[in-house]
Amino acid sequence: MAIIRLRDASMRFATRALFEHLDLDVAPGEFLAVLGPNGSGKTTLLRVLLGLTALTGGQVEIDGRPPSRGSHVVGYVPQQRAFDRDLPIRGRDLVRFGLDGHRRGLPFGSAKTRARVDAAIRSVGGENYAAAPIGHLSGGEQQRLRIAQALIGDPRVLLCDEPLLSLDLSHQQAVSALIDARRRDADTAVVFVTHEINPILPYVDRVLYLVGGRWAVGTPTEVLTSAGLSDLYGIDVDVLNVRGRIIVVGSDETGPTEPGGHHHHHDHHDHHDHHDHVPGSH
Amino acid sequence: MTGALYLSQPFAQHALIAAALVAVTCGIIGPFVVTRGMAFAVHGTSELAFTGAAAGLLVDNNPIGGALIGALVVAAVIGALGVRERERDSAIGVILAFGLGIGVLLLGYYHGFATAATNILFGNIFGVSNDQLFALLAIGVGVVAVMGVVYRPLLFASVDADVATARGVAVRRLGIVFLFVLALTVTAAAQVVGTLLVLSLAITPAAAAQRWSPNPLVVTGLSVAFALVAADGGILASLASTTVKPSVFVTSISFGIYLVSRVLGPRLSRQGRRPITDMVATA
Repeated sequence: MAIIRLRDASMRFATRALFEHLDLDVAPGEFLAVLGPNGSGKTTLLRVLLGLTALTGGQVEIDGRPPSRGSHVVGYVPQQRAFDRDLPIRGRDLVRFGLDGHRRGLPFGSAKTRARVDAAIRSVGGENYAAAPIGHLSGGEQQRLRIAQALIGDPRVLLCDEPLLSLDLSHQQAVSALIDARRRDADTAVVFVTHEINPILPYVDRVLYLVGGRWAVGTPTEVLTSAGLSDLYGIDVDVLNVRGRIIVVGSDETGPTEPGGHHHHHDHHDHHDHHDHVPGSH
Repeated sequence: MTGALYLSQPFAQHALIAAALVAVTCGIIGPFVVTRGMAFAVHGTSELAFTGAAAGLLVDNNPIGGALIGALVVAAVIGALGVRERERDSAIGVILAFGLGIGVLLLGYYHGFATAATNILFGNIFGVSNDQLFALLAIGVGVVAVMGVVYRPLLFASVDADVATARGVAVRRLGIVFLFVLALTVTAAAQVVGTLLVLSLAITPAAAAQRWSPNPLVVTGLSVAFALVAADGGILASLASTTVKPSVFVTSISFGIYLVSRVLGPRLSRQGRRPITDMVATA
């Protein structure tokens, strides 16, 4: 029984389509990576699953229902971002927002709430810095607490939007391992939007690859092939396997793109085409 | 006559109560103003409360009613024009410049007491009537009640708008509610320190409070306490001196608290951290 179900799902705009006729079932505990160049619809798909944007065609269901904004069935991990150093918010306040940040009133805490926040912080190994101001945390510390924030409501689906962006390699690995452990322990389905698959490659069950209105779904070895991606992109693309890492090189590119060196899509609504931009790696 | 004797006089008692009401409302909204980066919005709203007050003075000899209407209109316009932070500041700048010009024009037509204009700009806390006191009380109760309801989701929306939206918080609607709360607070504060000096109660205490703790509730409490000390302390000091306007003392005490907080406040970068922070070791 799928926890996420997309049927003939389409996202069309006046001039072009992000994806069309997308059929996809994600099982509980499955780790799905969503790949594709900037503006290909990765973040838009996430917004559909969060209930923030409606499909222009087809159906989407999460846990048997249309997605609804603020549902505790889904948890959301955003990109790491810089917080003002003077911001009067501690790490644990950020975690607690995931539990009751939407509720009215003052944030006085009962012993029960405190215990839940503590448990969520422990589960990501954040005890040592959760009481520090959020603006003083490193990117890796912040993203661990983001995961605690997303998981504190016990979601059945974890939606991650480039959570590794601007983290260094060791933190990328630690945060990815944390997400993987959770889906194994609690059977939480993971939808992981990224432009860089290598840090999560050991954990990924299937890949959804979006390019210029077309898409492909399958295991990494099925989808990430020279023939498959060349077909998807409509240009010659080479997929290389080097020391367990996957490198994608486009024929009309000046050279392989560097990990994390892409245009980071801070603007989630940009729909610019980057057809010459092929996700790559080391 | 010494300052202590003044305390039995109704004008001094009214002033102290009015200042306390204003301090509590300013103290509560201050941390949100700082967190949301809305210092300029506060300044713009209060400057345009001046235009409203000048109009009120001219039409009905009622500067407070005019200031209130002016501030609410500005809140509505800012809410309608500037959704994003960057757009918002330029929108406020545009409205502010035009509105102040209108205010100067209106004052030119006013031929009443010459002090009326300076009272609007720099405050007239010793002239608070019973009616005005009730108006301040009503505004204070209203602001505290609304903030008590929206505090948590507004905090979430202020520090983490994307995730708050995903979690079902009505981020935009809360922002507009806060603009109106701000307009009410600014109008009330202008009665104590004048429209030009509102920031000394709406920003400075909150900025000082942030130097002491990263806990949002503690910061709000300290911000209220600092605003109370500055507002009522300023009035008491002015009663003792009799020559200097209370606004001068209020702004000076407020600034003094800020300086002391900057110098003596704890190193927040070390706070809340336990010695072992090795990420890999805790993985």
